[in-house]
Amino acid sequence: MVNIAPLDASPSPRPRTGGGIGSRPKLALVEALLAEEEARPCAVVALRWLVRHAGVERAVCAVADSESGRLLGLTGIGVSIASVDAFNLDLGDRTHPLVVALSGGEPVVFHDSSQPLLRAVETPLGNLSFHAVPLSGSKDGSKEEIGPGLLLLTGLEDGPVPDDILWAAELLGVRLASLWYRRAQAEERRHKRERSWLFSIINAVTDPILLTDADGRILVANAGAEMLLTAGEDKREGWRRAVALNNMLFSASLFTNAAESGPTRRELLLVDPSEGRDLLFEVLSTPVPIRLGETGVVSVLRNVTDLRRATEEIEENYRRLRVAEAATRAERDRLDLILNSVLDPILVTDAEGNIARMNPPAERMFTIPRGKRDSRNTEVERRVRTNDAVFTSFVSGLFVSSLHAGQEGHWRRTLSLIDPQTGKTVPVEAISGKVASKHGEEMVIVTILHDLTEAEEKARLYEQVTRHSEELRERVREATAELAEQNELLRRQAFQLEQASAAKSQFLANVSHELRTPLNAIMGYTHLMLEGVSGAMTPQQHDKLGRIDANARHLLAVINDLLDIARIESGKMPVQIECVRLPELIDEVMTEVEPVIAGTRLAVERALSPDLPEIETDRQKVKQIVLNLLSNALKFTPQGSVAIRLDHEKGADEISIAVTDTGIGIAEDNQKTIFEAFEQANSSYARRQGGTGLGLSICRRLAHILDGRITLVSQLGEGSTFTLYLPCKPRTA
Amino acid sequence: MTRGETQAPLVLVVDDVDHGREIFAEYLEFRGFRVATAADGLEALEKAFELHPDVILMDLSLPGIDGWEATRRLKQDDRTRDIPIIALTAHALAAAHDKAREVGCNAVVTKPCLPKDLEQEVRRQLEAKTT
Repeated sequence: MVNIAPLDASPSPRPRTGGGIGSRPKLALVEALLAEEEARPCAVVALRWLVRHAGVERAVCAVADSESGRLLGLTGIGVSIASVDAFNLDLGDRTHPLVVALSGGEPVVFHDSSQPLLRAVETPLGNLSFHAVPLSGSKDGSKEEIGPGLLLLTGLEDGPVPDDILWAAELLGVRLASLWYRRAQAEERRHKRERSWLFSIINAVTDPILLTDADGRILVANAGAEMLLTAGEDKREGWRRAVALNNMLFSASLFTNAAESGPTRRELLLVDPSEGRDLLFEVLSTPVPIRLGETGVVSVLRNVTDLRRATEEIEENYRRLRVAEAATRAERDRLDLILNSVLDPILVTDAEGNIARMNPPAERMFTIPRGKRDSRNTEVERRVRTNDAVFTSFVSGLFVSSLHAGQEGHWRRTLSLIDPQTGKTVPVEAISGKVASKHGEEMVIVTILHDLTEAEEKARLYEQVTRHSEELRERVREATAELAEQNELLRRQAFQLEQASAAKSQFLANVSHELRTPLNAIMGYTHLMLEGVSGAMTPQQHDKLGRIDANARHLLAVINDLLDIARIESGKMPVQIECVRLPELIDEVMTEVEPVIAGTRLAVERALSPDLPEIETDRQKVKQIVLNLLSNALKFTPQGSVAIRLDHEKGADEISIAVTDTGIGIAEDNQKTIFEAFEQANSSYARRQGGTGLGLSICRRLAHILDGRITLVSQLGEGSTFTLYLPCKPRTA
Repeated sequence: MTRGETQAPLVLVVDDVDHGREIFAEYLEFRGFRVATAADGLEALEKAFELHPDVILMDLSLPGIDGWEATRRLKQDDRTRDIPIIALTAHALAAAHDKAREVGCNAVVTKPCLPKDLEQEVRRQLEAKTT
């Protein structure tokens, strides 16, 4: 901190170090200063001279720049150049001690001693005390308001500044003033030149450019701007009015953006004064300082009238394009939707068969699925390529055969493709149509592939069915013929059988007749003799005749039974259905066998269920069966008992008549055959008992005729039970 | 009727087989009947018209006019209509019996037939006739 103290004004002897500086160094300084043409080297020379010859330790030279109104550091010795360059004082600040010193024209001493009342001064010299020596402005010593500069010197003793230093300061001041003036003149010329260049540049710009002050007054305008905004007296009335209007519009637009601190961009509509048409400008306004404390605006107007028009046109075109594109896209989407909704593969190709579009079913056949390349995919790929080759060959073939298109301009052909996934052959009918684009220069081919697998399968099945049906018909025909033949054969056989049966019956009848006639004689004569018609006989003769009689009777029984069987088998056994009360019928049977029972010692029981219904049947035949069964039981039961039992289960539609004995029984092996003709389980015994061997056979046949049946339960040596079941009503009635 | 009541009933036995005639004739005579015989249908008719028997035993299988035909003629003639005719046949089938009844036989007896059974049938027919 350096404080300023006014120089002691009292006269004091000037120190004359070394008795003053000789004329030679002074002459040298003059020569050196004159040799330099620039301010800074001059100042350097002077400062060096002062340090060497005048006892100055450190020095700074500052110059007053009237242009900028500031005191600027020019050069220094013993101080940093940066601090010199930074030294800068406002000359307008008239109270500043250095400004005061400069304008005072006299040297001033600044002490470092603290004098708080005084204002602090900052210099490149730091805290050191120094003398401020104004440079004298003119050789003739005439006083200017402000000298050309100021020297700040240290190392001088207090008291008046030596005359040599003052002389040097004056010399430097004159030289600097001279150089400064010349420099100012050169600057001036340069500025003029540059200004004219700038104007040329600005005027060369066709866009109007203006600089306006804060009030909107035009400071600078190029030719373009002048054309719009200024009008000489020579211009016609319309022109001047247009210019006035433009000025108004421009000013108004300026003030709407006055608040903005940065560049602004806006549109402005002006009138072309020469033609009167509207011009649209884009105005780029940039605030700029024009002088101390005042801001102006540079406005560049760009004519965008044509640009706007072009832009609008482009936008319109773009919009139309967008609309058209959207329409196309919608159309295309719709087409895609349609294509994708079709299950049959559809392909759109160019004339070479290159696929332009296809729907998913077609993709399945003609595109290689993405995925890892394994053997399976390779196989799929191979099939796809095969399909592609087949299809491409088909499409390219269309052009060769273009003259043979079908009636509707379609081509049909059956192709054999391969399902890429399964490898199955897929027969398809390809239906293609050529579609020329609107302008006719491009040709696309739309192909639909119709899967014929099902159709072929159906056709195959149909053929199979037809064939089977044909075979069937053939077989039916054959079978019918065979049947007819068989029928004929059967009919013939039936006829033959009938004849045979009739012949057999006739034969039996004849045999019966022919047997009966001699038997009648045998039995008759025997009877006559036994009755004593032919006279008395000895007991032996009588006994022997009795044997003849018995055998004749047995023979008769056999003949009668045979005749019964013959009649049953020939269907000639008459059946007479009537209501039969079973208890009565049993009574009759018992009466008939009474003599036989009397000849035995058997206990004969009968048990009749109390709720026996009346049944509808052939009375005579039931009686014959029961009689036979009962006779058998009596015959084959040496001792014990015989029981006849009639039952009817409640609700049942049949009754049962069971004959049980405690006789010899029938072995299991014989139980089946016992019902056959001439079968008797124990032949010798049976013969002794006088059976014909036909009884059970007849019984079973009769039961069958009556829709009934006979069952047998027996155990050898313990007895037998024969049960006749009869329906309450004949089923075949 | 010119014959006395003491006269035994006259039975006409018709049979083409000798022993057939002989057995029944002999037995019936033995049993107190008067017996006339005929060996065929024609003779049977002649004897019937001539003798006007009380009962006729008619064999059915006869040469010439058979038993059925003879019976029909006798039954169609007023002179002989009331004479009971017992068909006597070795035919055991129902058809033969039915046919016999159709032509007018009062009873059918199947051969072989014991003489005493036949006598019973004759007596039954005679009783039926008188009542």
